[in-house]
Amino acid sequence: MSDIILEPTADAPGPDVELTPAQEATAKLKELHPNVLSDDTREGYEGMIVYADSITEVAKTLRDDLGFNYLSSVTGVDLIEEGKMEVVYHFYSIDRGGGPVVLKAQVNRDEPVLPSLVSIFPGADFQEREAYDMYGFNFLGHPDLRRILTWDGFAGHPLRKDWKEPFFEEEFKPYGSRWPDGQVFRVEEKTPYGKNVQYPPGWAPTGEEYDIETDVYLGLTYSRDATPGLKTDKVTVNLGPQHPSTHGVFRMVVTLDGETIVDLKPVVGYLHRNHEKIGERNTFIMNMPYTDRLDYLSSMSNNLGYALAVEKLFDLTVPERAEWIRILMVELTRIANHLWALGFLLNDLGALQTPMLYYYLERELIVDFFEAASGSRMMCNYMRFSGVAYDLPDDVRGMPTMKFLEELIYNNLPRAIDQGDDLMTGNEIVRARAIGVGVLTPEDAIAMSTAGPVLRASGVPYDIRRAEPYSYYDHLDFDVAVRYNGDIYDRYLIRVDEMRQSLRILQQVLPYLKQTEGAPIFGDKPQYAQRAPRSGESYGRVENPKGELGYYVTAKRRSGNPERYHVRAPSFINLTALGPMAKGHKVADVVAILGSIDIVLGEVDR
Amino acid sequence: MTVADTGSANGDIAIPDEVARNVFIGNIAKLLDPLYNWSRRNSIWPVTFGLACCAIEMICTASSRYDLARFGMEVFRATPRQSDLMIISGTVTKKMVPVIVRLYNQMPEPRYVLSMGACASGGGPFKEGYNVVDGIDKFLPVDVYVPGCPPTPQALINGLIALQEKIDQQSIATAPWYRKDDPTAGMLPVPVLGPDLVDLRQLDIIRAKAADYEAQVTESAGVEAAAQA
Repeated sequence: MSDIILEPTADAPGPDVELTPAQEATAKLKELHPNVLSDDTREGYEGMIVYADSITEVAKTLRDDLGFNYLSSVTGVDLIEEGKMEVVYHFYSIDRGGGPVVLKAQVNRDEPVLPSLVSIFPGADFQEREAYDMYGFNFLGHPDLRRILTWDGFAGHPLRKDWKEPFFEEEFKPYGSRWPDGQVFRVEEKTPYGKNVQYPPGWAPTGEEYDIETDVYLGLTYSRDATPGLKTDKVTVNLGPQHPSTHGVFRMVVTLDGETIVDLKPVVGYLHRNHEKIGERNTFIMNMPYTDRLDYLSSMSNNLGYALAVEKLFDLTVPERAEWIRILMVELTRIANHLWALGFLLNDLGALQTPMLYYYLERELIVDFFEAASGSRMMCNYMRFSGVAYDLPDDVRGMPTMKFLEELIYNNLPRAIDQGDDLMTGNEIVRARAIGVGVLTPEDAIAMSTAGPVLRASGVPYDIRRAEPYSYYDHLDFDVAVRYNGDIYDRYLIRVDEMRQSLRILQQVLPYLKQTEGAPIFGDKPQYAQRAPRSGESYGRVENPKGELGYYVTAKRRSGNPERYHVRAPSFINLTALGPMAKGHKVADVVAILGSIDIVLGEVDR
Repeated sequence: MTVADTGSANGDIAIPDEVARNVFIGNIAKLLDPLYNWSRRNSIWPVTFGLACCAIEMICTASSRYDLARFGMEVFRATPRQSDLMIISGTVTKKMVPVIVRLYNQMPEPRYVLSMGACASGGGPFKEGYNVVDGIDKFLPVDVYVPGCPPTPQALINGLIALQEKIDQQSIATAPWYRKDDPTAGMLPVPVLGPDLVDLRQLDIIRAKAADYEAQVTESAGVEAAAQA
């Protein structure tokens, strides 16, 4: 370990002026499609505006000829002042890494019709449905364009800028009605029904029940088996939203032939908490505690992703000690998350609770450290733009912090991981139920935009910490864990591998933490004064324990609130692969396959 | 001859010593209540039902370090029909609330509801959201509210102890669930998802509002027509 304190070199331009893969692809794309592409010339915006009807051809060229085969994020934006709406696409290259190629398709606000990308990138499926639900985009050629987060029959498209929620007070926080005079009132008293509801003017219930269930079943293939002499039928079964093995309020509608799965549709939205609508009313810093509640098992990593996106927008730099603390927190989060995920996966595989209880003992140590550092066990709200909220605590569980961390990183965690590995990895039942079940090929994994352990267990060594390094990850020595079979067993093993790699990183971080003790952890600007210095957009992404977590933030100059705030949630998009993975397996395997994806509903539904 | 204190109007009936020595004569409720409540308070079975972030702390409470088994509450049942307690552990959304009310209706009595965390108690940080129910108590009777976002395991245990204290105060003689005219026995109306969440108890208000609006529209149309004429 060198004893020189590192200078932040990540942002400094290198001596060579070689084009990045994204710039190269952009230039080539312009050559190939000169008539339909134009640069996005708005101040602070990147990428190209594409003629909406040609988006499929351009996307096809990107995937087939230029190697940008990973469609990370698809999201809508409402440009109400221009009378338009746009869909923003972020494409990445799995092989070459680096930044994104950003495409934007603009359509008329009154008639938002554009072609769907699902035929080229199946991973766009859920994201396009979300854009339809939230904005009303009509994606032509989408196989199953239904509402996804709200329900069929919901009035309006909530993320449109002119759509107001029942408890609407003002466009932006802090609300003048509450501040600075400090008035307090219950918003329920101001609505006619005394609760958080509103109905279209003149709407009265007819007495007919709204049957939202039927629409779910419509998307399923349902057919009578034509075996001669044998009368059989397919059965549709619901798992969830209240089910012990769906990891929350997730629901699967499964069509069964005997016990074999013929079709599976995930139904989500039971925890849709309107993260983005609230986020667009909030000031920038107010969103930080909300990010905790996305993937509530790894709040520290969520904080980091949002901090990175906003720091990019605000052009802020982070002091060195803060960066090391961030990496410490994020890697500990990864271990805590994987301990949790493995406990639940083994629970789903039949090792009821025992491994879970063992794993959680060590997780409690990490959680205690988070509590000492940030004040909260789970909802840490710890990162700030250009730094972290507090320095490391003096002591944890009555032990000096550094000693506690050393004990944790060199002793407790490795022991727990090894113990779990010894007891469970070779276990006959685990092997019998996991090997060869729920296979996802690398081609499918990329096409379906899966991320994180799911992608890497299918043999695709793509890790954002390596592909597009952020923070100080380019100074750290670690391997990208990869497994090649793409079944449940590999998705189990890769989490064990990743925990070991995280320990390696943590062991490298500790000396830097000692060296930088007492150094500033925060830039010089107070948080509440931070406004966007320029208008523009930014996309910050981090390798979360569950996969690529991206934040798309746009703002106007001198504005204190984000104009568009979108979260690219890995759990949500990883679910695209659930149906294809489960097909042909028995109904008991679905639970294990779902467990191996490791979803968190706070992030799926947002 | 002794006079047994039976606590009733007939308390002064003389009882032979022989009988008093071998037979308990007293208020049956006073004798049974502690036993009845002791057994119920120490075997509260919650539904395995996690909604959001609070569910993680609920699981932590149940696992090794905080060990809910000390209170006889570790038996999480996956079906509401075998449960005594529903811990509303997280944000209740409009899409979810029909399911929750249906689950509550399926629970046998006596049944209790513990509202865990800020979201379940009043909407919490997500209160202003368009898909969030501002408190489960708008739909279910809540016995204990636990503050926090999320409440720590200690806070949840404190809430469960508060529930135990509530159970201690109940009497077999007055418990509503043994009465023929039990006011709590009826099924709660399951809300319906229309253009927004429709609480069936509010149908009259909604219809009245719609009628008001129609009247307004026709009135303004009439004014316009008159102005045009």
